[in-house]
Amino acid sequence: MNPHDPEQAAEKTSTRVVKVGAMTRVEGEGSLLIQTEGDRVKNVDLHIFEPPRFFEAFLRGRAVHETPDITSRICGICPVAYQMSAVHAIESGLGVVMPDAIRRLRRLLYCGEWIESHVLHIYLLHAPDFLGLPDAISLGKTQRQRLETGLRLKKLGNRIMALLGGREIHPINVKVGGFYKIPPRESFRELSDELFWGIEAAKDTLSWVSGFTFPEFAMDTEYVALQNPGEYPMNEGNIASSRGLRIETRAFEDHFEEYQAPQSTALHARRRGHGSYLTGPIARFLLNFAALPPPVQKLAQESGIPLPCYNPYRSIQIRALEVIYACQEAQRLIQDYEDGQRSSVELQVHAGSGCAATEAPRGLLYHRYEWDGEGSILAARIVPPTSQNQSRMEEDLGTLVAGHLSLPDDELAAHCERFVRNFDPCISCATHFLKLTRERV
Amino acid sequence: MKRLAVWKFTSCDGCQLSLLDLEDDLLLLTESLEFAYFLEASSAARPGPYDISLVEGSITTPADVERILEVRRQSRFLVVIGACATSGGIQALRNFVDVKEFIACVYARPDYIKTLAKSSPISAYVPVDFELQGCPIDKSQLLEVIASFLLDKKPALSNESVCGECKRRGLVCVWVAEGRPCLGPVTHAGCGALCPGYSRGCYGCFGPKENANVPSLGRKFREHGESPRDIQRLLRTFHAAAPAFSGRPHEPSRS
Repeated sequence: MNPHDPEQAAEKTSTRVVKVGAMTRVEGEGSLLIQTEGDRVKNVDLHIFEPPRFFEAFLRGRAVHETPDITSRICGICPVAYQMSAVHAIESGLGVVMPDAIRRLRRLLYCGEWIESHVLHIYLLHAPDFLGLPDAISLGKTQRQRLETGLRLKKLGNRIMALLGGREIHPINVKVGGFYKIPPRESFRELSDELFWGIEAAKDTLSWVSGFTFPEFAMDTEYVALQNPGEYPMNEGNIASSRGLRIETRAFEDHFEEYQAPQSTALHARRRGHGSYLTGPIARFLLNFAALPPPVQKLAQESGIPLPCYNPYRSIQIRALEVIYACQEAQRLIQDYEDGQRSSVELQVHAGSGCAATEAPRGLLYHRYEWDGEGSILAARIVPPTSQNQSRMEEDLGTLVAGHLSLPDDELAAHCERFVRNFDPCISCATHFLKLTRERV
Repeated sequence: MKRLAVWKFTSCDGCQLSLLDLEDDLLLLTESLEFAYFLEASSAARPGPYDISLVEGSITTPADVERILEVRRQSRFLVVIGACATSGGIQALRNFVDVKEFIACVYARPDYIKTLAKSSPISAYVPVDFELQGCPIDKSQLLEVIASFLLDKKPALSNESVCGECKRRGLVCVWVAEGRPCLGPVTHAGCGALCPGYSRGCYGCFGPKENANVPSLGRKFREHGESPRDIQRLLRTFHAAAPAFSGRPHEPSRS
């Protein structure tokens, strides 16, 4: 045997590098590097090569009133989440309490984003995995009506965003203190009719995805989400975890930290003294099942979602369930809405700081700002869901790989990519993921 | 069937998402256009060359520079979409500072970061066949561009200012009537005068129109009591590096 022959050397140590060059059907750009040695998984890196965009750096010196316009540009799929976390953080620091009418309209806007984003993920990004298809266009060739239902449902979410926010991507109507203008009640009427259809279409979507085959997998981790008394959390609440943590949002940084892992260079997050954790639909569902309306709870049980659910592959069911909930909630908010409300409250700007967290479709999103007496931002911190979930995803990818080592490289890579898509990672949102150059084993 | 490719550089994904947001026309489009390379939407990435490439995002890393040259080689028509691709985007705010300080502000280990000092538009590196402005782009304008490509004609897009769209909608001028600073006179049309319709001034997300007289508008803003700092903040946001808004010509980072 020639020890200098790379093939023979590789055989001897059974070293194997499986690389998924560019993740597909996720938002943003990432790749995956798996290193194995014999029957042992040596390393798994979810590699985000989204270039840094420095939002936290260039927010300094901007006016507080510019934050919803600027932070929306972090993400094209969930701009409302970035707008809501920003305006709530600043309003909390200025000691402003929103009138109930504004609070409800913001929840309506967020419902629009949940519908649009979840339906995009279900139909266009995630369902093809369960059907062995490369994309939704292939789905449209065999099940055209099914895809048309998905696109119409997605459009419904976008219509809510366009009406209240001005447009679907990067809405312009969100303001620190409320809205620039509130559309008249009259303009919601057509939307209300479409929501009746949407509720049924979302139920149909849940029963469709519930017929998929879900691989067995249980994530034994800490699940973290907002909780807000009396409602399924969206725009506000305190932070709760499946392991008993109950804190106010302002204590987030006392309990959670971001760090740069030397082997991966991407920012990860962990609960101080506890380790990795997971945010997102499964965490929300786990911690807030009781806050769902009883008919929605019943649909969850009938559709076979286990209680509690620890299987990431079933996130598609929970997203569908949340679409039903968001359609119903939007319907309720529109029916209760009355004309003649003030569009915003006056703000007295003084030096301060504030933080807030909201539930982006893919998980908890935390913002903190400090500003001076003229309302110029001095410091900003944005912790997106993908950053928080990354450690957990990598650890569980290690488990997944260990169970599938006999597969050829391309199949193993496909398994991993599929696993990552369960989390709907929003990679361009991950404001401070890093580019990584690695030495291969 | 013509072959479409969609490429992402430094950006938020919003402009390529506009393609999927064409809900009503998306399936129709796939009947005459093969989505040959569109990573956000499909796992089936087919090799080039491509008849038309849509490019989103700005050039901010040495790897981006290499990749855009390859994209150009593979593409018969190269259409850049959105603020990032046409002017460098919001991340071009780094162009006015020492980027090392930006890196140190965000990252505990700045030495891991590989990034160019400037965020540049695609046209700074390769010839571009068509530019579609907007942050985000308007999806009906995108449809017009794609349909025009399929029909082998020039896209029929207005090159007027937001003011033109605003007047045609019969909106009351938010600057004249309410004194709110509005970039409508210097901003490229395409949004349908969205912000004035919601009682706020235009913040220029479609970027400068051709021959925009920005210094003149700036003087008017100052006469009305706006501070130079606020005027600069208004101009330097989503198209911070566009020469008309930044007051500086483009100087891309060359690696």
